[in-house]
Amino acid sequence: MTVKPVNQKAWLLVLPVLLIVALNAIIPLMTVVNYSLQDTFSPGVFFYEGTKWYQDVLSSPRFHGALGRQFLFTGIILLIEIPLGVAVALAMPRKGPWVSVCLVLMALPLLIPWNVVGAMWNIFALPDIGLLGYGLNWLGFDYNYTQQPFAAWFTVVLMDVWHWTSLVVLLAYAGLSSIPDAYYQAAKIDGASAFAVFRYIQLPKMKRVLIIALLLRFMDSFMIYTEPFVLTGGGPGNSTTFLSIDLVKAAIGEFNLGIAAAMSILYFLMTLLVCWVFYTAMMRGDES
Amino acid sequence: MRGAKIIVVFIYILFLMLPIYWLLNMSFKTTNEILGGFSWYPQQFTLDSYITIFTDPTWYSGYINSISYVLMNTVISVSLALPAAYAFSRYRFMGDKHLFFWLLSNRMAPPAVFVLPFVELYSAMNLFDTTLAVALAHCLFNVPLAVWILEGFMSGVPREVDETAYIDGYSFPHFFVKIFMPLIAAGIGVTAFFCFMFSWVEMLLAKNLTSVAAKPIVAVMTRTASTAGYELGLLAAAGALTLIPGVIVIWFVRKHIAKGFALGRV
Repeated sequence: MTVKPVNQKAWLLVLPVLLIVALNAIIPLMTVVNYSLQDTFSPGVFFYEGTKWYQDVLSSPRFHGALGRQFLFTGIILLIEIPLGVAVALAMPRKGPWVSVCLVLMALPLLIPWNVVGAMWNIFALPDIGLLGYGLNWLGFDYNYTQQPFAAWFTVVLMDVWHWTSLVVLLAYAGLSSIPDAYYQAAKIDGASAFAVFRYIQLPKMKRVLIIALLLRFMDSFMIYTEPFVLTGGGPGNSTTFLSIDLVKAAIGEFNLGIAAAMSILYFLMTLLVCWVFYTAMMRGDES
Repeated sequence: MRGAKIIVVFIYILFLMLPIYWLLNMSFKTTNEILGGFSWYPQQFTLDSYITIFTDPTWYSGYINSISYVLMNTVISVSLALPAAYAFSRYRFMGDKHLFFWLLSNRMAPPAVFVLPFVELYSAMNLFDTTLAVALAHCLFNVPLAVWILEGFMSGVPREVDETAYIDGYSFPHFFVKIFMPLIAAGIGVTAFFCFMFSWVEMLLAKNLTSVAAKPIVAVMTRTASTAGYELGLLAAAGALTLIPGVIVIWFVRKHIAKGFALGRV
């Protein structure tokens, strides 16, 4: 690949995007930073508080709990969705009329508004009238997600697997379909095993898209709010209260602006850090 | 081996379809029948829930509001992202790499962080409770995404195309609209699809930036659910109707969807 020419006028082309994103990102972010350093007793009157809110947040068991649950949730769904998505993509037909049908059906959950996803699973998992809840109880499991923390976790994780695994499938499938047929024929002549084909042909071709999948799934699961909020409301107790749910509760429910803002900043920095690691890995992959 | 593969795909799709079937099943039942007990299909088939939605303005205006901010957002995002993606794809300039990551970092910002400041910002601009406010707010994550996807598709077009056109005497805007955009038409379609999708499914910002006049369907649903007790049949029908726009747009891009999900980078 030839090197791109240097042209400072390119800034003009980027300017409109810069302005709209700055409006939406910099001004609100500064507001959050301000709140996180100030306290207020009446509208419009603020006092500088330094790092008080940050210390409060960092030492509060409530934040630790939400953070722990958030990492556990993200970890579990990545461990399920990535391998499952790759497995389904490998099982997909490579050509033929069924490919489009499969892709459209699989993409369907991705296009459902998130609160509808929550509402749908709320009904689907009800022990008396939902297929999942009724079925599990019929099979002899004592299942009620509104009362049992474990059942609530099971439902939230299953819902997320239902909702997002297709994204991994589509990405992995896109990677697989870029492999020329000649590679498979060569492997066949060499008598390569199915595992060898996967390890040395399919996996390397999927590497880039899998990093994208990992990045997207990490980001979105780390910010998850609407679906578990509609499904369980963060309960029973606090058992499914993830970071975003806790944050919105503090900001809008309790109007604890200082605490909420400090949480926001910490939350944003964590997301940014992890994404930077993924992004660097991805760009390195692009260059090689 | 082949049989096993078909079974895997079949079971996966079945798993995806079951909750959707259950939603449709509920939407054709009366609320009494739903609460009456478990049944595989509606015993007393009714379209009442759908009729209510199509005749009650508080319901159907929700769909109109949602569709209008989603369309506005898609148009704004794609048209702003096109030149920017071209700049990133073709040139190096001061701070380009940092700028690209900064843009992407906004796709990573949890919307929950921005709810309160957004309400203040758009109130200060006198845009609170308008569809335009939601359309602009959704640019936060859709513009960076659009730049990212378009950049991927544009980098797939050889630079010789641009150079030849400039030698032939095309001006930049003329070349961009007449020659370059048709070349990446599929990419533009896929990008529009993604903007549509992420704006359509988002609820937290859409709900908090509106109160009465521009209330999106997702907010109508949550408020109805909490105020009028549980009208499950109505809720299910409203949910089922939100599937339709998704099905329509996905059908248009079905051929390019796999590549689009890889953000043009395959």
